[in-house]
Amino acid sequence: MQIIKKRRIVEDDWHHVEDGAELPEGKVIVSLSRWQSDRETLIGRRNSGLGIRLASNEHADDIAPDLEHFELVALNFPTFRDGRAYTTARLLRERHGYQGELRATGDVLRDQIFFMHRCGFDAFEVRADRSIDEALKAFDDFSVTYQPAADEKQPLWRRRG
Amino acid sequence: MYQYDQFDHQMLADRNRQFRSQVERRLTGALTEEEFRPLRLMNGLYLQLHAYMLRVAVPYGLLSSAQLRQLAMIARKYDRGYGHFTTRQNLQYNWIRLEDMPDILDALAEVEMHAIQTSGNCIRNISTDEFAGVARDEIEDPRPYAEILRQWSTFHPEFSYLPRKFKIALTGATRDRAAVAFHDLAFRIVRNDSGEVGFQVIVGGGMGRTPVVGKVLKEWIPKRHLLAYSESVMRVYNGYGRRDNIYKARIKILVNDLGVEEFARQVDEDFARTITPELELEEAELERMRAFFAPPAYRELPERDAAVDALLEKDKRFRMWFERNVVAHKQPGYAIVVLSLKSPGVAPGDATDDQMEAVARLADEFSLGLLRTTFKQNLVLSDVELSRLPELWGRLKALSMASPTVGTLTDIICCPGLDYCSLANARSIPVAEKLIDRFDDLDFIHDLGDLRLNISGCINACGHHHAGNIGILGVDKKGEEFYQLTLGGSPEDDASIGKIMGPAFSQDEIVSAIEKVIEVFLARREPEERFVDCYRRLGMEPFKERVYADH
Repeated sequence: MQIIKKRRIVEDDWHHVEDGAELPEGKVIVSLSRWQSDRETLIGRRNSGLGIRLASNEHADDIAPDLEHFELVALNFPTFRDGRAYTTARLLRERHGYQGELRATGDVLRDQIFFMHRCGFDAFEVRADRSIDEALKAFDDFSVTYQPAADEKQPLWRRRG
Repeated sequence: MYQYDQFDHQMLADRNRQFRSQVERRLTGALTEEEFRPLRLMNGLYLQLHAYMLRVAVPYGLLSSAQLRQLAMIARKYDRGYGHFTTRQNLQYNWIRLEDMPDILDALAEVEMHAIQTSGNCIRNISTDEFAGVARDEIEDPRPYAEILRQWSTFHPEFSYLPRKFKIALTGATRDRAAVAFHDLAFRIVRNDSGEVGFQVIVGGGMGRTPVVGKVLKEWIPKRHLLAYSESVMRVYNGYGRRDNIYKARIKILVNDLGVEEFARQVDEDFARTITPELELEEAELERMRAFFAPPAYRELPERDAAVDALLEKDKRFRMWFERNVVAHKQPGYAIVVLSLKSPGVAPGDATDDQMEAVARLADEFSLGLLRTTFKQNLVLSDVELSRLPELWGRLKALSMASPTVGTLTDIICCPGLDYCSLANARSIPVAEKLIDRFDDLDFIHDLGDLRLNISGCINACGHHHAGNIGILGVDKKGEEFYQLTLGGSPEDDASIGKIMGPAFSQDEIVSAIEKVIEVFLARREPEERFVDCYRRLGMEPFKERVYADH
């Protein structure tokens, strides 16, 4: 599957692993509850790459103390109208200093990507029935932003000059 | 007023280019209606019963004459020659074609206007006191802070997909004219115990099907915290507001469920660890914003004008207009004039293209080229020299904008209702028109004193019926339009929610029901007593008894 990562289209090398399923070789993304129940096992195989995914009703504080264990955090948009992950993303980046991959999953559409990117997402699983090339244009939707976010720490009034 | 610089212009240009592409993708079918819907809503474009409706933002209700002329042009060229001023100080067009939208937005951008966030589950147009900057009871002009909030909330990346829409109001006056208690979040400019000016923060007010009077979240915050604190309020709401049921998704429900103390604790906790210390407003930025709204160079004028005094003595109609539609200005020799958009035969809040152009001319000739819109759906010329009131009055009469009824029974707030709106259960405009026709005796109306009558065509309460001293709510009973009557609401400092009187009325019955309510008021009123005070003293019973006596 192709995804957008750091503004480029790339082949994805991560595997989303369902809760009951056996862990495959390679890089895996598990749910919060799997992380909580299989913590030791998962830490043991960290060298092959560990990622965690949060549902939209799970919060940054749920994983904040464990962030050192993850190379990737995936935040799910069950529908593009559910905007909770924007807050989770900003808190992970700006409060908890998370530096790894922050991936948007679920109902990820071209017209929300600009905002997602501003909140700290750097990887996007664009919905399968949508053009990923079209989605790549979203990063240039706006050339000016008023408020600080994960991408720009100063509000516009200090940048007007 | 605020003037755009290259950055503000660039942002609008980016936005319009983006929306042009979205419209094109919708027209070719690349976007489904379901996906296009939230995108068009973020540009204030609704699909109504007959056509698209476009809601143009009038930030905190302030307009220049050039902007109003452009609004008139749009009404003429792209609509059917009129627009509707709304209860959020905005302007709506009712007959817009989707294909024209990109060009309309470009026309708006030419005069530094837009339709950004006039709909959708985001932070909406920020409203404020219609007499901001000229009121006598003002601690400080709230508009610089409204503009600061407008910019911060525009395309906020974190808060554009909230659980539900979010409305913010500000006032700098001691008397609330902005209905702050009925907003999701509101700021009142107040002094703390040591005399420093800051904001009292109110949260969780609202109308809709669960009307709630807002609660004090914080007695006082310093001005510099305005944005960072707002961001913490929004963050708690975005993270924890309900999303399973749109009728329980407004912040008022979250605040009620948690209790305001617990909500405040969570906000404080986020604020104590704020991720945006950069949002702290420095004095230089406040100064820069205040300069845009600095008082004009007023002339030294006497407090009274002999010719005006003589006309007040001589001409009763002028006196009535002066009493109801002219408000004391902080500057001696000046007056604030309210232009009534409540004339017989016209939907409350509607103005034609010709009227808009005429008002723009009046603003240039009489009021420094600026005007305001009000949530009561009237217009305001804020800086009129007292000596020119007789001339202005004459000009307004010719425009049918001099109904001397501001703040009275027939200064009705009214939503578009089932004549336009796809959500409505009943028509509201004909009810307003019938009431204006029925109560056409100006002496009678004046004697009733201050009275707020509000009409909504459905439970969404765009016509603020909950906050009317008399409220009318359109309901659907087995496919027929009926109207519930509520009494005792108030949008002011004594904010309260009206109570339903009893079974609903047909459209004909509702007018006579209100006649009877007024009869009881006149029979039981103490000298000079306001209707709402009389109701509070007597309770519902005497009104109910009379209205349903031969029902």
